[in-house]
Amino acid sequence: MTATDPSAPLVELSGVSRHYGTVRALEDVSLEVHPGRITCVLGDNGAGKSTLIKIISGLHRHDGGVLRIDGEETRLASPRDALDRGIATVYQDLAVVPLMPVWRNFFLGSEPRKGAGPFRRLDVDLMRRTTRAELLRMGIDLRDVDQPIGTLSGGERQCVAIARAVYFGAKVLVLDEPTAALGVKQSGVVLKYVAAARDQGLGVVLITHNPHHAYLVGDRFVLLRRGTMAGSHTRDDITLDELTRQMAGGSDLDDLRHELRHT
Amino acid sequence: MSTTTETPAAPSDERILPSSPLRRLLARPELGSVVGALAVLVFFACAADGFLRASSLSTVLYASSTIGIMAVPVALLMIGGEFDLSAGVLVTTSALVSSMSSYQMTANVWVGVGVSLLVTLAVGAFNGYMLTRTGLPSFIVTLGTFLMLTGLNLGFTKLIDGTVSTKTVGDMEGFPAAHAVFASTLTIGGVDFKVTIVWWLALVALGSWILLRTRTGNWIFAVGGNKDAARAVGVPVTRTRIGLYMGVALGAWISGQHLLFSFDAVQSGEGVGNELIYIIAAVIGGCLITGGYGSAVGAAVGAFLFGMTSKGIVFAEWNPDWFKFFLGAMLLLATLVNAWVRKRAEATA
Repeated sequence: MTATDPSAPLVELSGVSRHYGTVRALEDVSLEVHPGRITCVLGDNGAGKSTLIKIISGLHRHDGGVLRIDGEETRLASPRDALDRGIATVYQDLAVVPLMPVWRNFFLGSEPRKGAGPFRRLDVDLMRRTTRAELLRMGIDLRDVDQPIGTLSGGERQCVAIARAVYFGAKVLVLDEPTAALGVKQSGVVLKYVAAARDQGLGVVLITHNPHHAYLVGDRFVLLRRGTMAGSHTRDDITLDELTRQMAGGSDLDDLRHELRHT
Repeated sequence: MSTTTETPAAPSDERILPSSPLRRLLARPELGSVVGALAVLVFFACAADGFLRASSLSTVLYASSTIGIMAVPVALLMIGGEFDLSAGVLVTTSALVSSMSSYQMTANVWVGVGVSLLVTLAVGAFNGYMLTRTGLPSFIVTLGTFLMLTGLNLGFTKLIDGTVSTKTVGDMEGFPAAHAVFASTLTIGGVDFKVTIVWWLALVALGSWILLRTRTGNWIFAVGGNKDAARAVGVPVTRTRIGLYMGVALGAWISGQHLLFSFDAVQSGEGVGNELIYIIAAVIGGCLITGGYGSAVGAAVGAFLFGMTSKGIVFAEWNPDWFKFFLGAMLLLATLVNAWVRKRAEATA
């Protein structure tokens, strides 16, 4: 395909693989991201979730299969390249620089400037104002955008990162375990922002190992297991119970139950 | 804490105390050093006769400026999360290159000044490139450069000039002009001030401007605070780090030219140990040794503290051996204050 196809998915992976030396981290994984839809990627530790995220966000290159963005076959050179193509990734642990003020974090890497020549400088007023307004729009009322972002709660930090991605016109939002380290209520708050991003027409990839969170917002569920795809379901053809069972290990769990009962 | 969280969109949060101007002031990185500087100033004003005389102050400022010219770029580098142990001898290298290249070519001294700038910046770029390319800790990389430069300084000087000091460039073309730029004395209101003070203040202004008002400054904080997060949002991490090392090299070039033109020859063994003094000034000024936090003004105040202590002890007619004790005590105190600040800033939930 050469021309961009309007009906094509925003991002499409087909049969994508990635090897690290002799380790097959990811093998033959396919996935589509559509605007206004949330695709959940579920899997246990070591299932290949992180590798998948790194390929979509441009940190690593895939070495097998095809990655299409807007229907065009491509290979991402860097995170910057991914960002320029509208793919924003919010990482679980490396989303922000804790010691920096909220407003500096918000614009990090895409700082607006004013003035000319040697006096070209950060548009600090605009940065402060925009940060405050954008966070307010997401329902976070910050006392002070000058406080180090490390003083915010985990959920608030995730939300700042999501708000940042939305503000910078991301078409695809990749979320790496956004609720992993959070309590029940904060997880709910973060999921609300995920849904808000979807309602604004973004395609969302939600990586998680929590089927309950995934089922609350997901439209499609891709299950990873030991680097391969263990299933891909729409919301209609899987129940929460079945999703939970598969996530917990499916038939492995049955075996384990059997084993434990007899010892 | 994370389970009992905020109510989103609440107009105010009862758990947040109103932040007073005092609390805001406490959060400034320079605070510890400013308080320390005032304390030392008062101390020597009482202990040493004539410490507050304008001529004494000019001596103190001169001593501060020779450290401060390097402390500012070293502070920026430290905010970016790295050290440069080669900074001290690089000053000597810069002076040697300048002196020897103009002497050997029997050219105008400004030719040497230019060659020196290129060579010094190249050493800085080499440090940065090695660091980013190999992923080794900057401690190791720049320790290597430090030792190599120390050897080269002595080796080349002996090879070319036969002794450990260079031939004089005092009678060469362009010397008066170079002396005026790098080592002259300005008389303001009857008091003599060294021109290095101007260089120092200019660098503080430039460093603060870069840190607080430019995109590069934002990147420096981010690279030092969380390199991976910075890379993930598209910050050119490698370029920023190499640039920081070249900034240190620029400072070394200015200091080196001062070293050369304030006399007219250079001792090739000088500079060893100064790298630690620059780092100490930056740390006293509030730079976190782990990066991501600090200020250029703080580093300048750290250098000023240094100048006051070293000269104050002389004015008080004490044995200069006490200097090191003071230095160590100040370093410890400053680091404790910084650690406390960081704990406050990083406290989550």
